[in-house]
Amino acid sequence: MTATVTNTATQTAAPAFRAGTSDAEIEAAAAKAARKRKNMVMFWRLLILVVFLGGWEIASRAKWIDEFFFASPSTIMKRLYEWGTQGTDGVSLWYHLWVTMEESLIGFFVGSITGVLVGVALGRNKMASDVFSVYIKVINSVPRVVLAPIFIMLFGLGLASKVALSFVMVFFVVFSNAFQGVREADRALIANAQILGASKWQITRSVIVPSAMSWIFASLHVSFGFAIIGAIVGEFVGSRYGIGLLINVARGSFDAAGMYAAIVIIMVVALLAEYLMTLLEHRLAKWRPAPLQDN
Amino acid sequence: MKIMSAPHDPMTPAVEMINVSRRFVTPDGKSMTAIRNFNMTIGRGEFVAIVGPTGCGKSTTLNLVTGLAKPSSGEVRLFGQPINGIDPRIGFAFQTDALFPWRSVIDNVVAGPLFRGKPKAEAYERAREWLARVNLTGHESKFPHQLSGGMRKRVALAQTFINEPQVLLMDEPFSALDVQTRVLMHDELLKLWSEAKASVLFVTHDLEEAIALADRVYVLTAGPATVKSVYEIDIPRPRVASEIRFDQRFVDISHTIWNDLREEVMAGAARTEVAA
Repeated sequence: MTATVTNTATQTAAPAFRAGTSDAEIEAAAAKAARKRKNMVMFWRLLILVVFLGGWEIASRAKWIDEFFFASPSTIMKRLYEWGTQGTDGVSLWYHLWVTMEESLIGFFVGSITGVLVGVALGRNKMASDVFSVYIKVINSVPRVVLAPIFIMLFGLGLASKVALSFVMVFFVVFSNAFQGVREADRALIANAQILGASKWQITRSVIVPSAMSWIFASLHVSFGFAIIGAIVGEFVGSRYGIGLLINVARGSFDAAGMYAAIVIIMVVALLAEYLMTLLEHRLAKWRPAPLQDN
Repeated sequence: MKIMSAPHDPMTPAVEMINVSRRFVTPDGKSMTAIRNFNMTIGRGEFVAIVGPTGCGKSTTLNLVTGLAKPSSGEVRLFGQPINGIDPRIGFAFQTDALFPWRSVIDNVVAGPLFRGKPKAEAYERAREWLARVNLTGHESKFPHQLSGGMRKRVALAQTFINEPQVLLMDEPFSALDVQTRVLMHDELLKLWSEAKASVLFVTHDLEEAIALADRVYVLTAGPATVKSVYEIDIPRPRVASEIRFDQRFVDISHTIWNDLREEVMAGAARTEVAA
């Protein structure tokens, strides 16, 4: 009796497998859906940008908002073009940009390398970390920007004061992530390396640092932005060149378009840096499982 | 009876645990005894399994042999000598996945020899040999997350065996695998073991696994663990782990040991219920 029941079951199930559902067709349909979705995302992104910039331009021309305070996309573009072709105060825009980049890059590299080194060293040494953690908390509670005038006083108007400010902006972020990453390293992996014959230094190099890497990278993403903030705030407070100075000069002459133009430049630089960082991270993190494709 | 056997005497057992106790302080400041008055001997080339209820301190015995933990009293000897730090003659197979996820398969296997200062070319050549021995040729450049659980275990075995350990400690290494894969891994392990001539201390909560693999099975009491009884498993070798379950001799032995183990499992379960 049961046998006949099973038979009917298989018979009714069979026609459910319709033609037109081969693997190739399902894959093609999935690829098509993915393309469609990507285009949709792109479309909405562009639309929002166009509406925002267009709205701003129209509102400004129709005098709904005061152009004196808000400028308009076209005047900002014009200002960028002037800066790019004629420079400002006899110095080319590129030189200003280069000065800011130099300050933030040095601050970023020195800050993140020291951050990683100190983070790993303290993470590996329980005693040292217990002793120093309280001081690190104290120093970390100081809002970094208030250090700007002190650094200008200490290191002068030139490169050093901005690098110092970038450095303190970057250091603590990278340090605390590196430290946390070391602490989170898998105990079984450390024990395995130990028994396989690794020395303390080999464990640090081939177990601790790689496993802290994703933590460190997470902090590097944020901290390049912080490095730029450090350089620009430093330039606000006192400098001869730099994008921060441009903003300061524009403020002094009530040049709203100039201020927005400087902001646009910083945005472009920060986005570019973020993109490069993501590329590097993907190269270094080949070993991590890719997120599953969601249908 | 000898007090201390000569280290180079070929008759010296690989591992001796003499009246060992191990206490430790829990994170909330309480002193706890994990094992008490523990006695065990593992001969050279012998395969010994330890079974006991969960949480009874089986893993502690392994940590004492690795030197990662020190006995509170008693003595642990390796080839007749007291253990001082991590001994290079020891290999360890972990319960959890202990492969380095950021290293490819071959870089995982080569880790031990490179840590121990072998030249790179030689280390890689030997790693390829070992990967061939565990049937993983062609997977050298894959990362652990791209492999199945059974394949990862085989990489872990190659990683351990490439160091040619004379004493192999295994802490429930196959407990995370499904039943079919586990039986295949048993045969794999028996094959590697018979070629390597190492002494094995295999900790498990699975009695059938212990009987299928071991020459001798130690049954531990519910914590603090001490040896309750020892059984010689006289099933002839070479054994086929995937077939041995149907052997009458195997069934009889399982029955006997289970009767013994059951009380401890009940006691252990009652204890965890009180604790919870």
